This record gives sequence, structure tokens and C-alpha cells, in this order.
Amino acid sequence: MAKELKLMKGNEAIARAMIASGTDGYFGYPITPQSEVMETLMAEKPWETTGMVVLQAESELASINMVYGGAATGKKVATSSSSPGISLMQEGLTYLAGAEIPCVIMNAMRGGPGLGTIQPAQSDYFQSVKGGGHGDYQLYTIAPSSVQEMYDFVFDAWDIAFKYRNPVLILTDGAIGQCMEKCYTRDYIPRWTEEERRKNAPWGTWGKPATRSHNIITSLELESSRQEVFNQKLQAKYREMEEKEVRFEALNCEDADYIFVAYGTSARICMKSMELARAKGLKVGLLRLITLYPFPKKQIAEFAKKVKGMLCVEMSAGQMIEDVKLAANCSIPIEHYGRFGGIIPSPEEVLEAMEKEIIK
Amino acid sequence: MANLDIVKPENLVYTKTKVLTDNVMHYCPGCGHGTAHRIIAEVIDEMGIQDKTIGVSPVGCSVLAYNYFDVDFQEAAHGRAPAVATAIKRLNPDCFVFTYQGDGDLAAIGTAETIHAANRGENITMVFINNGIYGMTGGQMAPTTLVGMKSATTPYGRRVDLNGYPLRITELLATLPGTYYVTRQSVHTPGNVRKAKAAIRKAFENQKLGKGLSFVEICSSCNSGWKMTPVQANKWMEENMFPNYPLGDIKVDGKLCDNITADRLVLDHPLTVVNK
Repeated sequence: MAKELKLMKGNEAIARAMIASGTDGYFGYPITPQSEVMETLMAEKPWETTGMVVLQAESELASINMVYGGAATGKKVATSSSSPGISLMQEGLTYLAGAEIPCVIMNAMRGGPGLGTIQPAQSDYFQSVKGGGHGDYQLYTIAPSSVQEMYDFVFDAWDIAFKYRNPVLILTDGAIGQCMEKCYTRDYIPRWTEEERRKNAPWGTWGKPATRSHNIITSLELESSRQEVFNQKLQAKYREMEEKEVRFEALNCEDADYIFVAYGTSARICMKSMELARAKGLKVGLLRLITLYPFPKKQIAEFAKKVKGMLCVEMSAGQMIEDVKLAANCSIPIEHYGRFGGIIPSPEEVLEAMEKEIIK
Repeated sequence: MANLDIVKPENLVYTKTKVLTDNVMHYCPGCGHGTAHRIIAEVIDEMGIQDKTIGVSPVGCSVLAYNYFDVDFQEAAHGRAPAVATAIKRLNPDCFVFTYQGDGDLAAIGTAETIHAANRGENITMVFINNGIYGMTGGQMAPTTLVGMKSATTPYGRRVDLNGYPLRITELLATLPGTYYVTRQSVHTPGNVRKAKAAIRKAFENQKLGKGLSFVEICSSCNSGWKMTPVQANKWMEENMFPNYPLGDIKVDGKLCDNITADRLVLDHPLTVVNK
């Protein structure tokens, strides 16, 4: 499919980008508000065109372990879910991180805790960037704030996943998953050939030829001294990501006295709040976080030297703010404003919070 | 040292298959895992599919199976091997994919993955080692522990009112249209080893047909967990395990075998063992 401008849902964009980016397999389980990902894939029948495998699993436990199996063979394998399903996947995610398997997972967050609500939320931040499962590990976590970014970030996710042999989490929410926006599609990237798969994943379980020893995919190391060495290697990889792969967007920050810090849907709301503030003559900017892990620590520390205060806007009780405060070393006033349980704040109430809590 | 004179290649009558590595196995003396590993490796060797075989190991005693098979191998999370193998096979349909799991892994924590992989008719081979106990963690009750059988968590014997019935998941799987071959074997005598190897061979050959899942249960002893000598354990297995878990084919080429009557498939009253 050639490059086109189309109107589509965020969830649909994820599915179409998977096909276009040469994804080999998708394994999913239905859950609101992201079921359109698998529905789109099933309707598109990519197995007849690109050869991509699509399978509905019996549970999220199964789907993430299908990702673990398929991706371990050095193929591009993805899944998607929403908060309760992502919680079920945590076991698989820690195995994927521990065995260093590249893969892509999308979480369209909904309000929790528990079964919660099916409305959008951003209350899985801690789960996403602080590990989520057991053990010391990180998922590269990237947060789109438009349908276009939902599409584009799938392509970026594959690059990062294979560059670092690490799972990539596309962390979005029900609002971006469900909303329809225009989206430029891309030319299809063909799925890897057998030769490319073997070259790009020499570590994979694709059948042992006589020329190499058998490849083993495991996260088990019973010898503690070796497990520590492995953990140090993982940590070195994460430091490299922190050094090289941070992404953010600074809007109207050059002359700003105050800035919003937000990602995803909250950042979209803050864009409007920022316009409203500027119309009132308030010098307000927006630091829109794109990668949540690696977190833009240095950049926030720099902004903390320039501005008088920051308002962290999240659809949660205040999770990302902890990392913002740490990065800024609490050197300036930093407050949280958020709605949760599936409520999306209005641009006006966000601006009001900025005026009341930060500008004063 | 004179007898060493006969150690020459031309006198070799038996050797370890090249599909097993030279790593020393960690299994207890008397355990069936080593024999089960060996017959699988021999089948892979005899079929000439070493370069096309991908194995999936469980959590449990055979978690380290990947150290012994000289084929590409993945270690799955507890119970998830059938899901892992499903994707490996779907994405690599020309490969031979097998799982190797114990009874706690396959029939307790992984029941859903087992049943759904079978029900989808995944073209994989599942090898199921049933010793009626959790071996690795120290002999706790498994779903397959017999009524009356003592374990670390049923120190006075398994009670139906407390713990339910022994789960005969192999019979259960045979009732699903997605299974093409379902059998129960053992490896405690040379004759049984030969039969089990033939079953493994059939289960691997079936992957070429693409007609569904092949499932080989190997009823095995755990002399350490059962607190017996290997010889006592084999005798106890014959006397107590086999009546509950009868050996033989249950389903061949997608059809229940003639001797598999409703009474054989559904055991109304599991036999109670007089404890060891």
C-alpha cells in the first residue's frame, strides 16, 4: 500500500502500521478500549498479503507468551491490550525483558484499579516505567498523543526493539485509541526474508544449523554471580537508552515562565490550555514527553533552571510527577493536576489549576 | 587395564545420540527424565530434523532441558509452554516444535494453555511427564497426585473432600477434536522405553501431516519425591499409578481407539492408594 491520507481510529492506526512495518505476527485477546486492533487485523487478512500471522489467544497470559515464543524466533511479533490485560501480561513482560526479546506491546490505558472503567486514563505510568513485573528491568516506553503518532511509533518501536533487544511498550489510552484523526500511511516495508531474520536475530531459535551451537532463550540463571553480571549488562543497556533515545517536544518553552509537563491525551489538552494562557498574556509552555522510559531527566533539570514552576498534568492521581520532581530536584514549585477514573480534564480546568497552583 | 583394549570404534555397539549434549544431567538417579530426553533426542536424530527442531522447556525439574538437547530451545514461564510453542509453530510452520512439561506445569498452572493449544489443533508435539507430584519444589501435591497419596502438602494423603480428584488431563484432551494423537506411555522397563520411543516418533511424524496436536504422556516415577528407592518407585508406579493412569494409545489418527470406552475415559471413582 502506498502513502495515503486516511481518517482512522488510533487503534486502527496501530493495526495498519503493524502490517505496513513488516510485522510477522500479532497475538491478542479482546479488551475494551482497544479491540479494534485485532478486529482491523482480522478484517485486513494480512496473512493473504504480507504473510503476517494473526491469532486470537485464550487469554492475555497466552497472548504475551505467544509473543515470547514467536519473537524468540527472531521475528517481529506484537500484541496489544488495555490496563487489566496488561496487568495479566506482566509475567510475560518480565520474561521477555529477562531473555532480551525484541517485541512491541500496546497498552490503551483505562481507569483502574481493578476492573475499573473502560474510559481513558493514564494511571498505569508506574507499572509501565518502573518495571511492572518482578526483577530489575525496563521497557522502552513511548507515548503517542495523536493517531499519526500511533501509526508512526510502531515503525520506531521495531527499530528500538531490535537495536537494544528489548521489549517496547507503546503507552496510550482509550481516548487516542478510540478517536478518529487523519493519518498519513506509509509504503509497506516487506517482512524480513529468512536471510534477514537470521542476520538480524542471530540469537533466535530458528533451528540450529551445523555451523553454530544451539541457541537458548531463557531468563534463568541459577548461579547468582552470573545473574548479577547479566543484570549489570541489562543496566548498561538501559543507561545507553537513557543517553541516546530520549524523545520529547518542547512547545513555546523558549520564553516560558511556567510549563506544563504532560504526555499522551493530557499533552493534547495542555496544548489548548497553553493557547488559552497565551491569549491571556501568560507565558506558558508545554514539555510534551514522548519517551516515558527513558525519562528526559536532563532536559527537565535544564528547564527547572529557566522556569518558575511546572504543572504536571496526568489522568491519574499523580505518578509521572514523582519523576519530574526527582529530575528537577524539587528546585522549583512543581504540582500535580489530574482527573482519574476515566474522567478527562478540560483545557479550562487545567489552566485554572496552573494559575491557582503555580502562577498564583 | 586389559579390558580397555576392547574400547575401539569398531567394537562400538551403542552410543549417546548426538542430539544430546555432553552436559551432565542434574536429574536424580532413578528419574525418568533422562530416558525421556534420550528417546526424544534419538527420534530427532533418526528423523534428521536437528536443524529444524525447536523445543520448549517448562518450569519444574526439566526447566534446564535446554542444556541437554542440542537443538534450539526456549524456556517458558510456568505452564505457558503450549502458548509459546503455538507461536513458534505458527511463525515457523516448517519447523518441528515440541513442548516438554511436568504435571504441575501442564495440568495445574498451565491448564488453559494446554487445553486451548489442543483445541486449536496446533500442529505441535506435547510431551507430558506425569509423576503425580511437584518434584522440583520438594514433593508437593500435584493435580495428578493419587487419592490417598502422601505428599509434602498432603502429609496424611490426598483427600477428595479437601483436594478434589486426580486430573486425568490426557483422557480429557483425547475428547477434543483438535488432538490427532493421544497416548500414555512409560519408560520404566526396556520394553516400555521402546514403545514410548515409537510413540514419540509418531508424535513428531504427525507434525508433517498438519492434522492437529500430538500428545504423549509418560507416566514416570519420582523416587526422591515419593521417598523410595528407584526399584521400589517403579513397583509402586505399576501397582498404583497405572490403574489410575492406564498405559496405551487413547486416540490415534484423530480417532478414539476401540478399547477406549466411556468407562475407560471417565473414571467415576478414582482408586485410592494405600499409602507407601
